[in-house]
Amino acid sequence: MAEATAQPISFGGKTSVPSKAWQLLAPALITLFFLLVIPMLIIFVYSFYLFVDVGVDKPAFQFGNWIEFFTDGYYHGAIWTTFRIAITATVVCAVVGYIPAYFIATTTFRHKWLLMLLLILPFWVSFIIRTFSWIHVLGNQGFINATLLSIGIIDEPIKMLYTEGAVIMGMIHFLLPYMVLNIYVSLEGIDRNLVSAARTLGATSWQAFREVTLPLSLPGLAAGSLLCFVLSAGTFVTPQILGGPRDFMFGNLIFDSLMDELNWPMGATLSCVMLIMLGSIVLIYNRIMGLSQVYKSFR
Amino acid sequence: MAGPAGAVELRRISKSFGSVQAVKSVDLTLDAGSFTTLLGPSGCGKTTILRMVAGLETPSDGEILVNGNRINEVPIHKRNIGLVFQNYALFPHKSVFDNVAFGLKYRDVPKEESRRRVAQALELVRLPGMESRLPSQLSGGQQQRIALARAVVIQPDVLLLDEPLSALDANLREEMRVELKKIQRELNITTLFVTHDQEEALAMSDTVVVMSEGESEQQGPPEEVYNRPASAFVADFLGYSNLLEARVLASNGATTALELTDGVNVNADSANGHFGHAQVKLVIRAEKIGIASEWDGSNGDSILDGTVADVDYLGVTARYFVKVGDLRLQVIGTIDEHPFREGEAVKLRIRPRDCVVLGSA
Repeated sequence: MAEATAQPISFGGKTSVPSKAWQLLAPALITLFFLLVIPMLIIFVYSFYLFVDVGVDKPAFQFGNWIEFFTDGYYHGAIWTTFRIAITATVVCAVVGYIPAYFIATTTFRHKWLLMLLLILPFWVSFIIRTFSWIHVLGNQGFINATLLSIGIIDEPIKMLYTEGAVIMGMIHFLLPYMVLNIYVSLEGIDRNLVSAARTLGATSWQAFREVTLPLSLPGLAAGSLLCFVLSAGTFVTPQILGGPRDFMFGNLIFDSLMDELNWPMGATLSCVMLIMLGSIVLIYNRIMGLSQVYKSFR
Repeated sequence: MAGPAGAVELRRISKSFGSVQAVKSVDLTLDAGSFTTLLGPSGCGKTTILRMVAGLETPSDGEILVNGNRINEVPIHKRNIGLVFQNYALFPHKSVFDNVAFGLKYRDVPKEESRRRVAQALELVRLPGMESRLPSQLSGGQQQRIALARAVVIQPDVLLLDEPLSALDANLREEMRVELKKIQRELNITTLFVTHDQEEALAMSDTVVVMSEGESEQQGPPEEVYNRPASAFVADFLGYSNLLEARVLASNGATTALELTDGVNVNADSANGHFGHAQVKLVIRAEKIGIASEWDGSNGDSILDGTVADVDYLGVTARYFVKVGDLRLQVIGTIDEHPFREGEAVKLRIRPRDCVVLGSA
């Protein structure tokens, strides 16, 4: 550390990050390196190992696992299902989440913190338990079917549990607060005078919303959507609990390879695929939002 | 625009927020093409009045008329009013062109004409050719001009300005003040201006309305409001004044003799107020009192002996606190060579016409 001086390094007329900042960042960087980067590299290396038998594998450098992934339609189907479920859940969250976010941001109710508390209240109960609770709502003897049966609207229970719909429902349930919070934050940052200005210039309240509020809340909507998409595409618990045998997502394939078949090399390969897919989406997002300086400039 | 459009009338307008009465039965008439300023400290209800004219608040009571038509029930977007906000409120995601053209879009103005009018408006605020910029690429003063262009391009009946200069720094503020007034005259647009800055109010307005706690204290031309304050609040709020308790000794048609304190008497013009009471309040502007080491006593002026207690040296002028008996008077005097010093004996001259008398509260 002898060379580490407090002198900022100058290049291109701009001063670079001073060494003090690096020192402060060091604990976090070191932790991330050992607990995230190294394990991921190990998984990447493992994807080239040879699977011998259940629970037995042999160090090797061969592309068998990768070739299997690229050639077996079974995996591609899972990718398609994963994207379909994740996109559906994200879009529904965006539409359904905008309304409470707008309400909380614009209400004149004095105790806004109470509404925010209600929003994060579900986080106090384990996500797994909340997912299980849907069984009692959607099941054959669940709340909805029992009610409809007793009123006499239906003669036999409707199949709701263990379907793709149930999986999406469960995801929305757990993702909605993330979406609402993100939209709320961006709505909260919009100057109220802008809507007033649009109104005095001749826009109706709907036109003012479309022209001013909605475009200015897009960064929050986009951030919330990214978060929801990545979280839902990566999950395996929700389809495991609420999905039927055919409703498996990519996360479930990884889980099965690692835990049921004890095929670690294949599990490692699939993990890498997932990381690359979701990582690319984050990078693309970053590229697009990074390009639109518009949204950053007024912050 | 056809005819002298834009006369505005407020009739006994009131506004309550819960138990707080922000505006209490204010009457106000703005002649077409005039520049009227609502002046008062923060929380006096001036912005609430402006927002009611714009339609952003609904009056609890009273009527608002534009060109003789009641507009209380007319929704905001149909009022044809130009409003400039304190923080400009330019749409950050729209170019200067789209900002200025925003109001034209809802008035079904054809594209060609819209382009021409935006260019004209930018010309007016002396920022031609800025159409493609984003608000974030403009300085505060430029944003202010764009906000003004956006408000006037729709040819509103009334232009409302909500403390538009307060966010600018001092030099720019004075420059914009002159320019704003010039543009207002050029367009001959009825304008309602809200400010807490007395200099702005006095410099720009045809009519100044001084407000306090939701009520209009006085309305009139700037000189009148300044020289003939109608209440203690107005006297105190505008400039530096001496507000003194006085007792009426004797009065004839021309002058009235007042006693301020033991042995300190002043003559006031009988025309300058109501002398119906024995106990009154006397207002004398600090800069109207003459200060010198000697005066030739003449034509009814009161000459008082005093001692300088404090000096506030300001370069061109000095503000003195002069002890006269047990009174302490504020006096602003021009400086010849050097100001009077603390403890120096001086003579104060008070002319009868500078003494404004208010009925004692």
